[in-house]
Amino acid sequence: MTAPRRILLVGNPNVGKSTLFNALTGLHQHTGNWPGKTVSQAQGTYRHRGQTYRLVDTPGTYSLLARSPDEEVTRDALCAADAAAVVVVCDATCLSRNLNLALQVMEIGLPTVVCVNLLDEARRRRIYPDLLRLEKQLGVPVVGTIAKKKRTLTRLRDTVARVCDTPPSVPSYIRYDTAIENAVAALRSHLPPRTVPTPRYVALRLLEGDDRYRDAVPARIVEDACKHLRQQGITEDGWRDRLVAGVIRRADTVSAGVVKQQPGHDPDRRIDRVLTGRLTAYPMMILLLLLLFYITIEGANAPSQWLTALFARGEQGLTALCRTLAVPDWLHGALVLGVYRVLAWVVAVMLPPMAIFFPLFTLLEDVGYLPRIAYNLDRPFRRCRACGKQALTMCMGFGCNAVGVTGCRIIDSPRERLLAILTNSLVPCNGRFPTLITLLTLFFVGTAGGWGAAALLTLFILLGIGATLGVTWLLSVTLLRGAPSAFTLELPSYRRPQVGQVLVRSVLDRTLFVLGRAAAVAAPAGLILWLTANITVAGTSLLQYGAAFLDPFARLMGLDGVILIAFILGFPANEIVVPIILMAYLATGTLTDISDLDALRQILVANGWTARTALCTVLFSLFHWPCSTTLLTIRKETGRWRWVAAAALIPTLLGIVTCMLVNALWV
Amino acid sequence: MNKKRKSTAGEPVTRLCDLAVGETARVMVLHNTGPIRRRLLDLGLVPEAPVCCVGRSPGGDPAAYRIRGAVIAIRDEDAGLVTVRRELP
Repeated sequence: MTAPRRILLVGNPNVGKSTLFNALTGLHQHTGNWPGKTVSQAQGTYRHRGQTYRLVDTPGTYSLLARSPDEEVTRDALCAADAAAVVVVCDATCLSRNLNLALQVMEIGLPTVVCVNLLDEARRRRIYPDLLRLEKQLGVPVVGTIAKKKRTLTRLRDTVARVCDTPPSVPSYIRYDTAIENAVAALRSHLPPRTVPTPRYVALRLLEGDDRYRDAVPARIVEDACKHLRQQGITEDGWRDRLVAGVIRRADTVSAGVVKQQPGHDPDRRIDRVLTGRLTAYPMMILLLLLLFYITIEGANAPSQWLTALFARGEQGLTALCRTLAVPDWLHGALVLGVYRVLAWVVAVMLPPMAIFFPLFTLLEDVGYLPRIAYNLDRPFRRCRACGKQALTMCMGFGCNAVGVTGCRIIDSPRERLLAILTNSLVPCNGRFPTLITLLTLFFVGTAGGWGAAALLTLFILLGIGATLGVTWLLSVTLLRGAPSAFTLELPSYRRPQVGQVLVRSVLDRTLFVLGRAAAVAAPAGLILWLTANITVAGTSLLQYGAAFLDPFARLMGLDGVILIAFILGFPANEIVVPIILMAYLATGTLTDISDLDALRQILVANGWTARTALCTVLFSLFHWPCSTTLLTIRKETGRWRWVAAAALIPTLLGIVTCMLVNALWV
Repeated sequence: MNKKRKSTAGEPVTRLCDLAVGETARVMVLHNTGPIRRRLLDLGLVPEAPVCCVGRSPGGDPAAYRIRGAVIAIRDEDAGLVTVRRELP
């Protein structure tokens, strides 16, 4: 058997690279219609005609010439020379810009396949690229693909296999203007002949002043070439611009000969007029959030009731079984009343809203709405001396704060990246949404109805966004002083969402993952809690000691000792905060027969909960320390414990102060 | 350079940020420096490239421009350093 062949997948952001990666490897890397989705390299394998291929997905990049961290990742992977081939994924709807990257990749010298993706989208826009002609112009194989169509993928696999076996002999290369070409020729003669990266590529980078190849030739020779250019009246900036312009001219020439476009059909602008319009943008954003939450809350109600009833019957069955098997009371208590009941609640209360919310949110992502949020919010974020892309990482935070923190790599300026990292946990993640939804449903739906609860939830999210802006501003006038840097952001075409795929992906990837994590943490936590609640010292349980110790402080915040303990125990996973609270209350003796959701509320009320307690708990859930995974990710991304401490302290202080204020001002 | 946007309707040579929504122009000179210069060039804002302002964000800044078939949001601060020549409709 031969070793797996390493195949690099590169492309502009948002060209369906990740979708293609998933389709080829059968993996489920999360995809989304916005630039910067893939922040680290995902790898997957597939077999084709008896040969194993290891496919490496790289962060999307427009060019290899610019110098942002994720672009360097891609460029270094290409220059490492350990890949058998590279597939450049291009967006058929704007080929000329995509060819820009393809041409630069070809310059490096790896066997290249150009994959023209999103052909279906192009057809919808009446853009018809002539792929045969493109192949002839580029001198490398060109394959048209539609990720949904298996047939096109097989052709891609075949072509990749072919270029691995016999690399294309004469790829076209970019001809720069004569002055540059002369300088390149002068440098090339001093470089050893290599295939990857090619001497031509190295010569071009030397002219650019690229440090990586400083040792390739004596500095004197580079200096001579530069001097010669200067003697012809070309400045250093001038020839760098000529390098960029050379690539772009070539890309434009090639694409002009290849793309036949029927003019004037652009439905996006009409949608953008509403979603990013001066008067409509913010109301639409709020309306979409409201609608999202309303559907979630109303839709989750019935299934939650139904699941609770089902699990209650299961509990009766288990109890009966324990009796027939003569299981000792303490074991029955620990396993059935402790672990089973809590697990049942986690599922009954959390599953329905998650199974509705996540697919809906993923749908928004898939359509291409998220970059519009960044576009709409760039001005407010810039006012806080940050970057509109922070709105994107904030949206990632809705999914998972750890992912949001990693996503901050799409922000180029280190200062702005740090701002985004430190404020990411101020919006609720996967693990906290269920807490918010559950508590709001239990305590406010009855009085306010579904729309009321949705409006409240929207309000809390807006509060989170407001806090993000406020804290960002505060940080940028204190710890992280500086001016906002430059910003460009692509607004991708709206795409028809792949509803089926979205459903499967969000249910499998997100819902079950979050639920699984919650259950995995909840079960042992349930056991520990049951033990602490039932091991007594001098007539008082350990749990009561702990709760009593924290109680005075918690009361100041409108909470109680048990709630605060639940937040502390929820450090590994925020999902289990509500289950722990319930478990703790139950373990201390308030055994109620649980048959419907209202019984949940009864337990809380019996333990002294009022609407104020619910509100303070929701606020503290919104603003407290990030979970352990997020903090570890922050440490990894920033490399400093100092920033981890800041990321934990900032939201915690904010939460304590907010809760105390609400508690004090509540009438 | 004055950052404020101003109406220059009718003048053939203007700054990119002064284009009204729907107007098309051709790039003449980029005065930007540093990484953003490279970024804008990469996106296709090279001399003689056509560019069209297709929208403005709700706050008025940034604006969206169609460059080589893609729609890119650029802040006025940066677009103000790009000199363009209006194309007649």
